[in-house]
Amino acid sequence: MIDFDVGKYAAFIWPAYVVTALVFAVLIGGALNHSRRWKKKAQSFPAKAEPAGK
Amino acid sequence: MIPAPAFLSNPERFMAFSRWAAPLFGAFAVGLALVGLYLGWSAPPDYQQGATVRIMFIHVPAAIMASVVYVFLAGASFLALVFRHVLADAAAEAAAPLGAGLTLLALITGSLWGRPMWGAWWVWDARLTSVLVLFLFYVAYIALRASLDDEAKAARAAAILALVGAVNLPIVHWSVTWWNSLHQGSSMFTRGALAPVYAQPLYLMMLAYLSAFGSLWLVRIRGEVWRRRAEAAALRAARA
Repeated sequence: MIDFDVGKYAAFIWPAYVVTALVFAVLIGGALNHSRRWKKKAQSFPAKAEPAGK
Repeated sequence: MIPAPAFLSNPERFMAFSRWAAPLFGAFAVGLALVGLYLGWSAPPDYQQGATVRIMFIHVPAAIMASVVYVFLAGASFLALVFRHVLADAAAEAAAPLGAGLTLLALITGSLWGRPMWGAWWVWDARLTSVLVLFLFYVAYIALRASLDDEAKAARAAAILALVGAVNLPIVHWSVTWWNSLHQGSSMFTRGALAPVYAQPLYLMMLAYLSAFGSLWLVRIRGEVWRRRAEAAALRAARA
């Protein structure tokens, strides 16, 4: 049974989970953004365009 | 050239492999994290640490991954430096921001765990200080690569820095046994050190972090391959 009651330690436990979520959001967003941006840029050059979908 | 699986040594094959492997690792990470967090939040409070034991499930995997990612960074740097392997250089560059993020996460969650348990947000203890040095090596690697316009020179200098920084890894690992430390010793890999009710969610979360890193690393390497292709195409277009 899940127990979300962390009592007097709430001020430490919840921020730890929030920071974890934020760091992962930044890492995921950064990785996807980096990849998509450069893929788009690379595919904007028709002479050496990569096969679609790669 | 040392032998390497074709799907890792050939950029075309790597792109084909990573196209399906990255989302697969991502899905594994989400599934493992959901089960790990469910079990972790279902476990009873620890008899000494109370509910703060819940921080263990997010802190310990981040701390272990901080070192594991650096091993990958140093290994890829070695392959890039010695064998001039293009994908290895892209892999090293892609690992650095992920490692920096995970190390920062370990430092912050560790501080949030340390305050109620030790009564201090930070102490200049061997473990904490060596992990801070690890974070600084990641930041220095990223800054060095960004500061040099010549990509080949930047890659070489950063690879040397990464290999120098690898000296810190055994210090991080054994700091709690070499010196007196507030930080507890290794319990994750010591048989019987953790009750199964805590060990099971911790191992699941460890696998979740590892899968998440695998997925994000592949996505970032793909981005690096695209970047290099775009820059090469831009150069060709400028010369034409």
